[in-house]
Amino acid sequence: MSGELLALEKAVAEIMEIASGMGLDFFPLRLEVVPPEIMYTFGASGMPTRFAHWSFGKAYHRMKAEYDYNLSRIYELVINSNPCYAFLLDRNTLLQNKLVVAHVLAHNDFFKNNAHFAATPRDMIQRMAANAERVEAYEFEHGREGVEKILDAALALQYHINPRLGRGKASPGSSSARGGETPNHARRQQEEEKEDLLYFILENAQFLADWERDLVAMVRGEALYFLPQLQTKVMNEGWATFWHLRIMRELELPEAEALDFARLHAAIVQPNPQGLNPYRVGLAIFEDIASRQGIEKIFEVREVDDDLSFFRNYLTPELIDILDLYLYARAGDRWVVVEKDWRRVRESIIATKVNHGFPFIRVKEEDYGRRGELFLEHVHDGRDLDQLYLEKTLPYVFQLWGRPVHLETQMEGRTVIFSYAGRAVEKRG
Amino acid sequence: MTLDFTITKEDWSLYRKGELDRARHQEKVREAIRQNLGDLVTEESILLPQGEKVIKIPLRSLREYHFRFDLEKGRQVGQGRGQTQVGDVLGPVGSAEGGGSGAGDQPGSDYYEAEITLAEVEELLFEELALPNLEEKKSVETAEGVEFREIRKNGLWSNIDKKRTLLALLKRRALQGQPGFGPPKPDDLRFKTWDLRLTKHSNAVILAMMDTSGSMGTFEKYLARGFYFWLLRFLRSKYEQVLVRFLAHHTEAQEVGEREFFTKGESGGTRISSVYQLALEIIARDYPSTAYNIYPFHFSDGDNLPSDNQEAARLARELAGVSNLFGYGEIASKGNGSTLYDLLGELEESRFRRFLLREKGDIYGALRWFFGQAGSPAGGLR
Repeated sequence: MSGELLALEKAVAEIMEIASGMGLDFFPLRLEVVPPEIMYTFGASGMPTRFAHWSFGKAYHRMKAEYDYNLSRIYELVINSNPCYAFLLDRNTLLQNKLVVAHVLAHNDFFKNNAHFAATPRDMIQRMAANAERVEAYEFEHGREGVEKILDAALALQYHINPRLGRGKASPGSSSARGGETPNHARRQQEEEKEDLLYFILENAQFLADWERDLVAMVRGEALYFLPQLQTKVMNEGWATFWHLRIMRELELPEAEALDFARLHAAIVQPNPQGLNPYRVGLAIFEDIASRQGIEKIFEVREVDDDLSFFRNYLTPELIDILDLYLYARAGDRWVVVEKDWRRVRESIIATKVNHGFPFIRVKEEDYGRRGELFLEHVHDGRDLDQLYLEKTLPYVFQLWGRPVHLETQMEGRTVIFSYAGRAVEKRG
Repeated sequence: MTLDFTITKEDWSLYRKGELDRARHQEKVREAIRQNLGDLVTEESILLPQGEKVIKIPLRSLREYHFRFDLEKGRQVGQGRGQTQVGDVLGPVGSAEGGGSGAGDQPGSDYYEAEITLAEVEELLFEELALPNLEEKKSVETAEGVEFREIRKNGLWSNIDKKRTLLALLKRRALQGQPGFGPPKPDDLRFKTWDLRLTKHSNAVILAMMDTSGSMGTFEKYLARGFYFWLLRFLRSKYEQVLVRFLAHHTEAQEVGEREFFTKGESGGTRISSVYQLALEIIARDYPSTAYNIYPFHFSDGDNLPSDNQEAARLARELAGVSNLFGYGEIASKGNGSTLYDLLGELEESRFRRFLLREKGDIYGALRWFFGQAGSPAGGLR
């Protein structure tokens, strides 16, 4: 082992000691030092072992270019798994690695203890590797284009899923009707299924071949795995930032490193004028809870909450003011701040977290017009859908359903129905 | 508790997933570009002489579509550094915010562009084009430089090969039983001599003709310039050397420089036969068709003196006879072809093609029509 790795090893041992002394509870840690190409490959698809798809290549290309032009860089990538795998960029300095390891340990603790991650398989690396092999076999058997069509369609709908349904039942050929349940329960189950487009398609689409169904189930399973990370982005980053600060303070850093650390930390938490920096906002909320209700309270919060309840319960008017949060909108060809009132700001922030940030779309009828057509409804919450995106996504639903599909929504206050039957999207209403 | 951790650093050089996925993406990008060729060919930034040679094109087909909220309509959350007030301007719409988190659902962050170089456009475009009536011409030899390839006993003193001269001297003395140096004799001297390096290649000449009469405006010239830009590049990709002669005409024709050719504007009428006559003279004088591939192209709005039409058509036939391909492009921004255009249609010459251009995008159509793959002219009859 090189001198650099030895120094890192010593630092990691110290950091873990401090972290567990502070009460963090994590899975065993597997650190791997990798070159940028590898880091960005993993970053692009979220996992070292994911199936091949052009969209990951697109993300990889962009991230790699940004790295090459020195615009941005990922210092670490951590996988929700047991043991917990984390990847460090081989260009990192020792100080950067110390910060990253402290940060990663808190993520690790979060994965292990937050309730929303409880159902995620901790051996997803292996499962995704097996999925990737199946995708490759299907490509060999049915052609790359055919596989890509199904993957494109399934990926477009991947976050219209309902985590309460779990993963196992939506396997090919299984039936949703199970005996021994009360009628009430069965009815609720049916409602739940209608809120999960991929599940509903898996159970009810008539024209999917087994291998196509398998691909859709695969995408759904992987989306279920990633979903808690979407639901807890702000909390998770806030938690990790909260702890990396404290752990780094405990380390006896040489003066030069202390300065580097201050600079790095400042970059991580700088405000984003056109978005919400989860590191900054999450950190501020955890600091606020800890100062008012004690450190035990934040351990409880990290166990039970997700971003939605986190904002509902702990984003106070004072925090909104201190964080200088606002709403902005388009005015002509400029973005302009339009709202500073804390109630409105809070309401909008909470809205971005409802249904993990995606429009709530559910099945209204599965046999529309008694022609086996799928009728979806968008439950409008005051925010219109992006029409171009809608018109480009509806054909994906059709691709999977195999019969004409419809989507009802509201635009500019009026009810409209978009339909697609294989030719062009039609708009009525 | 025990600290359970490992740190490893492995050799990842064989792990190619990122690059393989990227290759898949690049394939789709190329496909999208191919579908956009018509627009790219008329891209002004490419056609300008000092223009950027890398252009950006939006690739709508490679967005990852999903159901999402209309970000342009709604209100978004942002954060300032303190004291932000209602009415503060954050920036222009369309400025892509970098946002390190990669959330992607920020306004303006979705505009996906691919960069493409002139060379890439060429490669894709020229894949679709072919040279009609290609013939073996007597190849021309040109000297491209000199090579020292031979040693002789006499030559220029400045080209003396000292090393070989000394070796010859030593060898001679050794044979005579007198090892070592001595005064050189004329027979010891060695000189390097050179040969001209001759290469054989076939040449092409473009006779670029354009109507510069008053009725040809900026738009018409833009189309002609765009066409000639690609024509020159295309022929250069096929021939070693491509010469271009610029012939401008109104009622009279004259040879002009490139700059003048594209900027010249004169008032008065048009006599197209004048430029065909000049072209024929130049060919007869400078470009024997046994040695040259000849490509006369003429752009006009077709507004010819009626009395000249028959004569122009006659000369056009003659011109086609000595050319590989004679193309006539009529820029009819207002409507249909002129009398001359119809008249030229009667020219059943396999070496003649005509095309009507109505808008910018037709440059691409013209290229495909004039240089369509054998048998199936890609542009369609106009």
